[in-house]
Amino acid sequence: MARSKDKGSQEVNAGSMADIAFLLLIFFLVTTQIATNKGLTLLLPPKQEDDEPIEIKQQQRNIFKIQVNSADRLLVEDEPLDDISQIRDMVYDFVLNFGSPGDAQKGKDKVSDRDVYNSLPASMKSYITRNLGSSESSDGPSSAIVSLKADRGSSYDIFIQILDELNAAYNKIYGERVGISDEEFRKLNRNDPRQKELYDRARSGIPKAISIAEPTTQGG
Amino acid sequence: MSKFKKKTTSSQDIPTAALPDIIFMLLFFFMVSTVLRETTIKVEQRIPRAEQLVKLEKKKLVTYLYIGKPKDTSFGTEPLVQANDVFIGIDGVVKWVNEEKAKLSEVERDQITISMKVDEETKMGIIVDVQTELREANARKIMYATPQKAEKN
Repeated sequence: MARSKDKGSQEVNAGSMADIAFLLLIFFLVTTQIATNKGLTLLLPPKQEDDEPIEIKQQQRNIFKIQVNSADRLLVEDEPLDDISQIRDMVYDFVLNFGSPGDAQKGKDKVSDRDVYNSLPASMKSYITRNLGSSESSDGPSSAIVSLKADRGSSYDIFIQILDELNAAYNKIYGERVGISDEEFRKLNRNDPRQKELYDRARSGIPKAISIAEPTTQGG
Repeated sequence: MSKFKKKTTSSQDIPTAALPDIIFMLLFFFMVSTVLRETTIKVEQRIPRAEQLVKLEKKKLVTYLYIGKPKDTSFGTEPLVQANDVFIGIDGVVKWVNEEKAKLSEVERDQITISMKVDEETKMGIIVDVQTELREANARKIMYATPQKAEKN
């Protein structure tokens, strides 16, 4: 009789194991913070030497000026602008203007503006010839600079919004150049050789020239 | 008929023996992916969202700076810069960057990336000051850490 009872349950009662594991699981769920290494990257200019004032003459047409005052109002190309989301298209047109593309090979890739133009897909070329090419705007992507000058009293929030728009414009250009969307371009994994090649091809000859200008000290 | 009846009486509940294993698997995932916070953040951190985020590949090279109003009002209401566990002044940034650089191997020192987590109410003045110091310390790669903005419709 006793023997048959033993046969009935010979294993440890593991019913509460799940509960214990759940308890631990919930603890880790609550305490976990998956680290977010995401954001807007920027490369600062090298350290300024005091004894040599930098005076690089840039043609006014090659600089896209954005100024923000302490009341977070914008002045874009010397005109007031209320809608920040317009900056994206303005910068897109500015960089791809090709007012007078040169043959001079610039940058570390040794790509001239004309080479860049020839490498663009047909849809972008036709957009440029139809709408752009103004002599008032930038000569070519290699000389186009976007200058962002934020007053000391302007808020970080608006700065990030503008920087976001600028990055959006450049990512759109890079993405369209190799036939992918801006989102796909952003998510390219540079550790993968094939994706890295695509990334380099998109960026060659079009530097992301976003300059954060030294701000004014007065709230203008 | 009798055959069918026998079957239905055998067992009606789902075997739950594998449940603990599944839960344990989840548990281990979270245990491994958890990074317990090393620093307590002493400044307010409501970070503005942005859309065009880029993911940094090399985590090892990233160090963090927190900028915002101090949570403890005895430090005043002006935004402060926090690095690791302490507030540092603007003039302490260069020293801090050099200390952080010393932790990296020699070849990687110039690739150090400063991730700035800045509260949205901060004014640009202090950020520009920090950037000037970072240029001075030759830590030119910076990132404004932001969460992803929800998709626009």
